[in-house]
Amino acid sequence: MHPAYSVILFTTASGAGYGLIFWLSLLGVGGFLPIERWFGFTAFGLAFGLITIGLLSSTFHLGHPERAWRAFSQWRSSWLSREGVAAVIAYVPSGLAAIGWVFYEDFSGIWSIMAVAGAVMAIVTIICTAMIYASLTTIRQWHNPLVVPVYASLGLASGAVLLTLLGSVFGYPVGTLEIITIVALTIALAIKLAYWRRIENEEKSWTIEQATGLKASTTVSQLDAPHTMDNFVLREMGYKVARKHGRKLKSYAVILAFLAPMALLALDIAANNQFSIFLSLLSVLSVTIGVVIERWLFFAQAQHVVTLFYGAKQA
Amino acid sequence: MTSLPTQPTKKKLGLVIDLDICVGCHACAVSCKEWNTQGYSAPLSDENPYGEDPHGAWLNRIHTYEADIEGERSTVHFPRSCLHCEQPACVTVCPTGASYKREEDGIVLVNPDTCIGCKLCSWACPYGAREYDSSHGVMKKCTLCVDRIYNENLEEVDRVPACVRACPTGARAFGDLGDENSEVSKLVADRNGYGLFEEFGYKPVNQYLPPRPRRNSIVEGAPAALEPTQASKAQTKSERLFQWADRVLSR
Ligand code: SF4
Ligand code: SF4
Repeated sequence: MHPAYSVILFTTASGAGYGLIFWLSLLGVGGFLPIERWFGFTAFGLAFGLITIGLLSSTFHLGHPERAWRAFSQWRSSWLSREGVAAVIAYVPSGLAAIGWVFYEDFSGIWSIMAVAGAVMAIVTIICTAMIYASLTTIRQWHNPLVVPVYASLGLASGAVLLTLLGSVFGYPVGTLEIITIVALTIALAIKLAYWRRIENEEKSWTIEQATGLKASTTVSQLDAPHTMDNFVLREMGYKVARKHGRKLKSYAVILAFLAPMALLALDIAANNQFSIFLSLLSVLSVTIGVVIERWLFFAQAQHVVTLFYGAKQA
Repeated sequence: MTSLPTQPTKKKLGLVIDLDICVGCHACAVSCKEWNTQGYSAPLSDENPYGEDPHGAWLNRIHTYEADIEGERSTVHFPRSCLHCEQPACVTVCPTGASYKREEDGIVLVNPDTCIGCKLCSWACPYGAREYDSSHGVMKKCTLCVDRIYNENLEEVDRVPACVRACPTGARAFGDLGDENSEVSKLVADRNGYGLFEEFGYKPVNQYLPPRPRRNSIVEGAPAALEPTQASKAQTKSERLFQWADRVLSR
């Protein structure tokens, strides 16, 4: 599948934004974070900014961005529509919780209920995003029970990395945050590795014979394609990445999105939080690049069954 | 509304494509392009049409496959277009309601006035039947020539999809596959017609008729080999040597 850069930017940015909202809300309610005005302002502002940039960028690849509002209408059947609706709803409780934190420096009572509702909506929105892919039976690498956990755990882990950076910039003790972040990254890594193992070992069972329905005693091969230059179908769904290339990118993703930030934060813990700002800034940069690579691979490694009609033997 | 009709549609208009007859001339595809670039799907744009990398939206594509079928090496020309499925995910994934299935006849259409061009429907189709028109910014697909088949301004004989009208060999038939007694349904029953990729459960309406066994091995009375002609008998030694060399080399 062809990776649309706007979609990669969207899922990376909004995933981190929702992850940040999730941790802010729950750790705030749990009393693990100081309910201080400017910290809340910066953290919620960053989260809303990332989410909004993400949502806007997801309209860049549309043929008619000015009609994007129509996408809120079909939530009964469409995960893309549900995602849009969830994203808008999610602003409400989190926005109210942010008001409590920033204006009243209060995160208890009604504000805490809003915060918890906001955390739930953040997760719901990430799940809707992942279900857009996971619900497509035409793409084996996406129609896979690990896709939702991958998106959710990566969103939460990248949000945790961001929160660690913010906490250290404001001079708070971030030891606990760092441990939470390392655990979240470990879980996300384990899920992503399981995902990769699964798509690589799974038998490709769709065949060109099934696609064409030809009862042949040998394999069917394409003698002539319908067109001399790639059409939309091949550009969009026949996009391939060389295996060698893929393997290299996969190791970059593992290192940058997971291992490097884990090591950097562990180093900071070992150094008694002497270099928190510097090391958590590095981990934010590393995770961002790593997740972009991971998202790019998510598309590039996906093979659509329509490639069978164009002569692929299996999909 | 991108929810599917709750009841199966009574009429199931569709095509029956005879893989035994199709000669792969692409007349149906050209005729489709010509009709639809001025009708419901207009414009059906091309990009860079005279440049190095011409491409564009077409609603019908003809592949050519090769395989051993019934013991004979066969070439099969294979037209591929939207199958107007009964349970198509291309409709249900659409966030805007632009992609829909008509209750009255089962035709699957895209409303070009509400499509946002998100392309998700094309991902959901296993048959590659939808092509995005980047200059129009919306998704295009076979309309079963909805602007011909009910068009009273056309002669009766022209009220069929453009591809059916254009096919010089009669490899394409159009009709109601929901009616057991229709010509197309009988054709499908007689010839063991099938839908593509039934495993996906989209229940395609269009049906394909499989190639029939070739008869070239049982032509009666034909000599097993041709007699050598007068000219080829009267050969010089060197000519025979060349012929022998030719046989050896072409092994
Ligand atoms: S062939 Fe593809 S585009 Fe046509 S109805 Fe079926 S799934 Fe939809
Ligand atoms: S491209 Fe258009 S018809 Fe297809 S899913 Fe998106 S809005 Fe619907």
